[in-house]
Amino acid sequence: MLRDVATFLERLLGFDPATFDYSWVTAVVVIGAASLLAFVFIALFAGPVTWWERRIAGRIQCRIGPNRVGPQGVLQWLADGIKCFLKEDLVPAAADQGLFRFAPYLVFGGYMATFAVLPFGANLVAADLDVGLLYLLAITGLVVIGILMAGWASNSKWALFGGIRSAAQLVSYEIPSAFSLMSVVLAAGTMSMQGIIGQQGAWPWEWFVFKNPFLFAAFFLSLTASVAEGNRTPFDLPEGESELVAGYHVEYSGMRFLWFMFAEWGNLWVIATIATVCFLGGWQVPGVTPAEIAASTGLAFWGWQALSFAVFVAKASVLVAFVIQLRWTLPRLRVDQLMITCWKYLVPGALLNLAGVLVLLAVVPDQGVADWAIRGATLFLGLALASVFVWKARAGYLADRDLYRRMEGKELWYPPYRLP
Amino acid sequence: MVSAVPPPVGDPMPGRGTGGLKGWIANWARTATTVLDGLAVTMSWMFRRPLTIQYPDKIPQPVQQMLPETYRGILELDVRLCTGCLQCQKTCPIGCIDIVVEKNEAGGRDITRFDIDVSRCMYCGLCSEVCTFAALRHSSEFEATQPDIRNLNLHFVTKPVPVARHKPGEAPPRAPRGSILKDVIPGYGRRPGKAPDGGEKNR
Repeated sequence: MLRDVATFLERLLGFDPATFDYSWVTAVVVIGAASLLAFVFIALFAGPVTWWERRIAGRIQCRIGPNRVGPQGVLQWLADGIKCFLKEDLVPAAADQGLFRFAPYLVFGGYMATFAVLPFGANLVAADLDVGLLYLLAITGLVVIGILMAGWASNSKWALFGGIRSAAQLVSYEIPSAFSLMSVVLAAGTMSMQGIIGQQGAWPWEWFVFKNPFLFAAFFLSLTASVAEGNRTPFDLPEGESELVAGYHVEYSGMRFLWFMFAEWGNLWVIATIATVCFLGGWQVPGVTPAEIAASTGLAFWGWQALSFAVFVAKASVLVAFVIQLRWTLPRLRVDQLMITCWKYLVPGALLNLAGVLVLLAVVPDQGVADWAIRGATLFLGLALASVFVWKARAGYLADRDLYRRMEGKELWYPPYRLP
Repeated sequence: MVSAVPPPVGDPMPGRGTGGLKGWIANWARTATTVLDGLAVTMSWMFRRPLTIQYPDKIPQPVQQMLPETYRGILELDVRLCTGCLQCQKTCPIGCIDIVVEKNEAGGRDITRFDIDVSRCMYCGLCSEVCTFAALRHSSEFEATQPDIRNLNLHFVTKPVPVARHKPGEAPPRAPRGSILKDVIPGYGRRPGKAPDGGEKNR
């Protein structure tokens, strides 16, 4: 009888175990494994980075921050996560049940989908699409739908305001973001993430950010627009606690709330990664070319993968720290100021900047004397800016040092590596 | 500060409201410089000593010793100095002080009860103000969590004590601040939450 069923199936579906093409099964398993790896990575990033952010915020505000759960509080995120798990999952009676339940997953899915093209190392990338950057700009549109859905389905005025603000903000800031990333595409001649990295080198003077002054400006424009798209302070109007309680996720609790937070902090990684790939040379390891890495075999190959991963994570972490510090430095903009910033400053600015990049790319031949002169000048500009920053920070510290010693009888010096 | 437009005198935000291309460029320049300034300020705070006092465990000395002399903590009574004048009981707006003074066989007077219900006390300090002999005053103690609120009705007198009759200048020195409460607060010095005797049930 079993044989009869098998024969029937064989006739009906044309299934023959001997000649069956198993490649799609392999593909599904590989895709599943890659998604799982990306998910585990984002979970292990988004969790601890909340603790990191709170520690930085603490020090900026003359506090310490969480340091009780685990050594120096590094397990604080686990405690917070378990707390959210145990909370009741409330759905307001007047909410649109289906949309309300679905929205967090759409938001999280939108962020997760970017990991398809975001590289982690020399060969550590799920899919190196030819249109990687375009895909990245397009797929984040899912997040807008998710946030708008959450705002609408909550059936609360605060949530609706937050959702609509978020939609307006994301749609507006896509434009300067795209303009400034377009200048990178023009410089690299490709939209593939690995291709853009391959066009840069490992040393700072080979990075796109120091290629010319316009790309240097594009780096900051792109970072600003990404921060705005990620709904982070100073552009976190959709959540605006002082006006909207919590914005689009005001009605959410428990696990669904956690998904929003998960996406928000996971997005920190996405912001940092896009900037690293496009401007900071990605995972390039000094002293070795991508072709050499690809040609190596066995242990050496995996060694290079690990090294490139470490380089990439280090660069991205610096940017994450920068974005976190930006959050605790600048106050939130008003809604009209937000729109003015985008439409009157960032959009024309990015457009002019793109024109500047175009002119320089057309006029200055690549790798020529003029090109290297411009690179050197831009690198000098960057170093000068960093020096001014350090000098200003030091001046601010020195202005209070002696007064503090006189008043408190203690030294003011307390660097971040001294853990209280 | 790099600014394309010279700042007008007295304007806290130079270049504000300036229209046209000049104002546009000035705003860009100001954005760049002020964000850099702000980041430099927050970065400098990353290297400064935090103010946080990590109560209760990671501190160099108990918080009770760090508090100022004028801190109004839980009331404490030095019975050796108390004359039983009842001024504190009369002045207490809440009536949380309960004193009983009785005559003894020798013809003198004994304080047989001196209870302060700390759970009702509002720490106004009037009682310590009227206490002429400085018998009653605020300590710097504030940790008195109890499993039963009735434990906070502190009994400063457990067996009859004769009232103080000291000549001027002969009074014994006052007990150190906070030293009396050790014997009065149930489970003093233990971690809050559990009382060894299960708490007092009846008054």
